[in-house]
Amino acid sequence: MSSATGIGASVLRKEDIRFITGKGQYTDDVNRQGQAHAYFLRSPHAHATIKKLDISAAKKAPGVLDVLTGDDLAHDKVGGLICGWMIHNKDGSPMKAGAHPALAQGKVRYVGDHVAVVIAETYSQAKDAAEKIIVDYGVLPAVVDMNTASKGPAIHDVASDNVVYDWHLGDKAATEAAFKNAKHITKIDLVNNRLIPNAMEPRAAVGDYDAGTEVFTLYTTSQNPHVARLVLSAFIGIAPEHKLRVIAPDVGGGFGSKIFIYAEETVCVWASKRVGRPVKWTADRTEAFLSDAHGRDHITHAELATDDKGKILAFRVKTKANLGAYLSTFSSCVPTYLYAPLLSGQYDIPAIYVEVEGIYTTTAPVDAYRGAGRPEATFVVERMMEKAARELGMDPATFRRKNFVKSFPHQTPVIMCYDTGNYTASLDLALEMADYKNFGKRKKESAKHGKLRGIGFSAYIEACGIAPSAAVGSLGAGVGLWESAEVRVNPVGTVEVLTGSHSHGQGHETTFAQLVSDRLGIDINSVAIVHGDTDKVQFGMGTYGSRSGSVGMSAISKALDKVIAKGKKVASYALEASEKDIEFKDGRFSVAGTDKSLAFGEVALQAYIAHKFTGAELEPGLKEGAFYDPTNFTFPSGVHICEVEIDPDTGVTSIEKWTAVDDFGNVINPMIVEGQVHGGIAQGIGQALMEGAHYDKDGQLVTASYMDYTMPRADNLPSFQIGMTNTPCTTNPLGLKGCGEAGAIASPPAVINAITDAIGHENIAMPATPQAVWMAIQASSTKIAAE
Amino acid sequence: MASVTMIVNGKEVTANVDPRTLLAQFLREHLHLTGTHVGCDTSQCGACVVHVDGRSIKSCTTLAVACEGASVTTIEGIGTPEHLHPMQAAFRENHGLQCGFCTPGMIMSAIDIVNRKGHQLDEHTIREELEGNICRCTGYHNIVKAVAAGAQAMAAK
Ligand code: FES
Ligand code: FES
Repeated sequence: MSSATGIGASVLRKEDIRFITGKGQYTDDVNRQGQAHAYFLRSPHAHATIKKLDISAAKKAPGVLDVLTGDDLAHDKVGGLICGWMIHNKDGSPMKAGAHPALAQGKVRYVGDHVAVVIAETYSQAKDAAEKIIVDYGVLPAVVDMNTASKGPAIHDVASDNVVYDWHLGDKAATEAAFKNAKHITKIDLVNNRLIPNAMEPRAAVGDYDAGTEVFTLYTTSQNPHVARLVLSAFIGIAPEHKLRVIAPDVGGGFGSKIFIYAEETVCVWASKRVGRPVKWTADRTEAFLSDAHGRDHITHAELATDDKGKILAFRVKTKANLGAYLSTFSSCVPTYLYAPLLSGQYDIPAIYVEVEGIYTTTAPVDAYRGAGRPEATFVVERMMEKAARELGMDPATFRRKNFVKSFPHQTPVIMCYDTGNYTASLDLALEMADYKNFGKRKKESAKHGKLRGIGFSAYIEACGIAPSAAVGSLGAGVGLWESAEVRVNPVGTVEVLTGSHSHGQGHETTFAQLVSDRLGIDINSVAIVHGDTDKVQFGMGTYGSRSGSVGMSAISKALDKVIAKGKKVASYALEASEKDIEFKDGRFSVAGTDKSLAFGEVALQAYIAHKFTGAELEPGLKEGAFYDPTNFTFPSGVHICEVEIDPDTGVTSIEKWTAVDDFGNVINPMIVEGQVHGGIAQGIGQALMEGAHYDKDGQLVTASYMDYTMPRADNLPSFQIGMTNTPCTTNPLGLKGCGEAGAIASPPAVINAITDAIGHENIAMPATPQAVWMAIQASSTKIAAE
Repeated sequence: MASVTMIVNGKEVTANVDPRTLLAQFLREHLHLTGTHVGCDTSQCGACVVHVDGRSIKSCTTLAVACEGASVTTIEGIGTPEHLHPMQAAFRENHGLQCGFCTPGMIMSAIDIVNRKGHQLDEHTIREELEGNICRCTGYHNIVKAVAAGAQAMAAK
């Protein structure tokens, strides 16, 4: 730690002042002169043809400027929404991607699908007018259950059996051979429940076309405005990139759901030219439930082969992944390349074979949600480890320890090469913090009060710092996943950093400034972080996959290196010394071995006045940019331990103690990192105990409001004990691994392992509601009674 | 249209509004006080909490015309960047916010909790009392700390 505001310091957040005083500027706070309002008429059916669509009465309703449909999109040659990652089937053929128009063209495929948009002077008028649209639907059977989807009617003509892809990874023959030699085989069947992300700020968009300059401006709730611009330009064809500006102002949480390019923002920006007025849309919460991309939704069967000493020999996994009615922006890679390569966990497993079927259903599209594939993988691995340990009669900590990867780099059988880690260190610290050795006493104490106490582990690994462009390109990604940065030093020595990362709660305005303050030796308040506007920042890939630190800050670090190098040149002229004698330390450029020096700000001024180097090779100014493309993923890991107490009479689970020990490599701001861990754990506990999206057999979303979809609230959660270990990442300049998703990845299996430990019954599905737990207790006590 | 007059953050305002206008809408769209947020449509999330005549209410389910003659305080009315309310300061000092969307409602609820329950708040009480406010980012851990610290700081003021 170099100073009170440098790397490693828990600096209070700069951005907080505007948020705590109500001065944040979120998309719905943006109002443009002459703005009209959009309301989307959505399908009430899960699956239907549109036989007739009559908009004539709606067009005449009070205040209505226009009513637009899929025909208008087609007329204006607006392309469909895209999926940016090509997955190939086992036989090498490409996945089956059905067309995804922003407004329906002849067919609707899930409840909430976009049928038409009404644009009116006020939101109420648009909504009232939508009731006058007459749609004659030819209702088709819904396809809701992944297990029977292949027998249902085809949702897209291109996929007659509703299978998007049938994909695999790993060495099948080696895995089968290892299973033949197994002493013990543990089998498990798991459902990873479907979740709805629920960032507290609903999605919103304001499209604004300027006929004078022919420039479209889109304000939108995006985690990656440049990716949105790229897709809207290159694929959807709204306008070329230099005529389209995308601004993502303050964004109220994302968790993945604001990565994607959705129908609504596409329509708002396109419609602003059609109606000649800015067009605004803000989702209400029910629309968010219906149309934000959902998360998870896997069915998995897995088998683990072990020898007679409890050493793992091989692992095989078969998963069905629900991708919903259309392929959302990155949906195809979530259950494949973000999932299967993590199935080696923290363990040395000689052979792994994974098969994944992606399935179309008549439900909302499913895409990345905090962790994206990695929580699903961790749930499979860590539920399996716990069950196997129980079957083998081994302590779950000992069984894990025995199988940990202990030397690095470690090449797994499923693509990943872990650069560094120390899994034993995290486990040891977690066991100590959780007071594992006295768990037995606490269990007895609970039993005295008629309560069941259980403890559950989760030793997770994730692949973050997404991602080396060459690697993802070879796996089917349509883009490179580097990051860009520009450091602009002003003549007075203040600094603006333009970054392609986007902050929607992560605190970049503080942590990025810490890096700059640390490296340049200037006051943190002299640093401004600029992000979220494609007119200001040249390009960027955005924020997801815990990449802003390890990739985004690495780009800033590279640009800072260049600023310092140029500063040395400027200083050499100003101080009349040889460039090789100039040193930079603690914010001063000095001539080695002398007392001649200049402060950073003085050198900045010299760079701009350029009085000392006219005619020299050196250009005036002090501004440097860099692109950083990582060479490997980063591998944060850790151990979470959950201790629960269950009331067998009611089935209510109370989390008594939560211990999290994470290895994120180096940490810029521990306060912010801990906050990320807290939030992730809360989401994971939500998944394990209360959250679950449910469609009925007709494809109606039954959980479409906070009355029906249970969100974790303050009184459902405990406070958390957080510990950290550190093995710095070896593949990026700052040694950062990323921390944004760890909590959500680690926590669900820890909870379920604790519950199954408490009740002595393995079959409990998430969410483990009081009813589900109570029924499981009844089932196991009947079994006990019968034995 | 209906006429409505109320005092908002100490200033009297009168406007002609569509009678179905909600208080949250009135504050955001007519008065441009966009610190009050709307996070749901079922009165569940608390992003919209303001004080009406000293009591916290959800402005998303209150008609503007029902506040005729009332005194309304929003997040903009309790402190400024230069002079933060002790509860605002406590949220920053304890990292009780991430994206900031739930924060205005959280702070307004927190002040109301202190007004009703006093300055010495234990964790259990705070967690129970925050039942009506959802935060998706923080896991509540630091919000709970912030409310406890803010409650004490309010006593010192
Ligand atoms: S917006 Fe008022 S409770 Fe959600
Ligand atoms: S800080 Fe984002 S919802 Fe609470």
